[in-house]
Amino acid sequence: MIRTAMLVAAKDLRIEQRSRVLLWQVVPFGVMALLLCGLALGPVRAGHSNAAPGLFYVVVVLVALLMINRSQGVESTPGTRASVATLGLDPAGVFLGKSLALAVELWLAGAVLVAGSVLVLHTALHGTLVALPSIVVDLGALSAAGTLYGALTSGGAGPATLLPVLSLPAFAPLLIAGERSFSAALYGGALWQWWVVSLVALVAYLALGILLYGVLEES
Amino acid sequence: MRQLAQRLLGPVTLGLLAATIWLGLWVTPPDRVQGDLARLVYVHPAMAWVGLYLSFGTATIASALYLWRRTRSTTMDRVAHCAMEVSLVFIVLTLVTGSIWGRPTWGVWWAWDARLTSTAILGVLALGYLALRRANDDAELRARRSAVFAILAAINVPIIHFSVLWWRTLHQGATVFSPDRSLKIHGLMAWTLLISFLAVSLAYAWLVRARYRLEVKREAALGESLEGALERRRAEGAR
Repeated sequence: MIRTAMLVAAKDLRIEQRSRVLLWQVVPFGVMALLLCGLALGPVRAGHSNAAPGLFYVVVVLVALLMINRSQGVESTPGTRASVATLGLDPAGVFLGKSLALAVELWLAGAVLVAGSVLVLHTALHGTLVALPSIVVDLGALSAAGTLYGALTSGGAGPATLLPVLSLPAFAPLLIAGERSFSAALYGGALWQWWVVSLVALVAYLALGILLYGVLEES
Repeated sequence: MRQLAQRLLGPVTLGLLAATIWLGLWVTPPDRVQGDLARLVYVHPAMAWVGLYLSFGTATIASALYLWRRTRSTTMDRVAHCAMEVSLVFIVLTLVTGSIWGRPTWGVWWAWDARLTSTAILGVLALGYLALRRANDDAELRARRSAVFAILAAINVPIIHFSVLWWRTLHQGATVFSPDRSLKIHGLMAWTLLISFLAVSLAYAWLVRARYRLEVKREAALGESLEGALERRRAEGAR
């Protein structure tokens, strides 16, 4: 399972490295969204840093939705699913691999957005660094949930529009936990409790994905 | 026996609903604090029970049984589909009746309360389930995907149930199933509440049964029209 996961993750990351969609399309979109959030808040600096954790996660979700669609789009080219089925790859491994690749991409985009929130939304550097472990876990949980929901919506009619409808309610607890822990890191509060919520969500989504991904990929 | 029960389901449901209205509006006394507004207790909790637990639970169990190879059948898929549709109706009714109670009590139609928000999210999930079904033409793929989604969405149900304990919410705690197992309602009001639960549960069963029969007929009509279209094509080809 782990070997399959590493193979699939390497394949997805190699495709991303060659196509540069993350670098030239997704990350610039995220930065633009962050700038627009700052613009909407107006020139008062205090308001920016107060709203920064929530805005950061809103932008992260928008970026994640684009990347989940892209991750599933790679599999939807004619013959890809049939090839995977013929190879007899372990579906749990495929799920873990796709989640890992998506997590790496989200972590890279997240790093740019964290820097953006420090520069544009004026979050304190020390507090932002304290929030990093919770951001890493939260983005990991988002990628596991996203891979599962992406597989649910792929191949049907209008997957790009169906994905947000199905996944946003599932992402809501992750966003709340992420926003609360980021705010706690900046202004004090129950940082580790919310971090544990994200960690539990990560484990739960990984377990559900390992159990259910095979059912979704059955031909 | 089964046929008799099916025949009696409609009249018994209507009778119990009428009894709930009569007892709730005319026989039970108004609440000491909330007055006549408290009469919503004979409508709102019963709808929440059906929408959030009974109906969503049926959809989840039927979905799990569909995914299990031994019990996999189109019947399970149809039951899950019909129960989820009815669940959505009752979730919306729960939110509407809750809002009607919230406006005079809290001063707003909607509050960002954990119980309210998580219930609204469950409604969106039920809507998403129906959207997912419409997005897939292949019957088996549709059934499998929607079954997986129903199980994932069911995670929200315990969150809704325990939200009044986990967070400081405006919504009142459990009236019947409180953690200290003490009943917060007594006498005639308790009996009326019990009858309302029975009435709405039977209304749910009646609705799911009617929707199931409609679905079977719809599938048959779809099959017939497909067969007819194929026949016409064959006839055109033979000419």
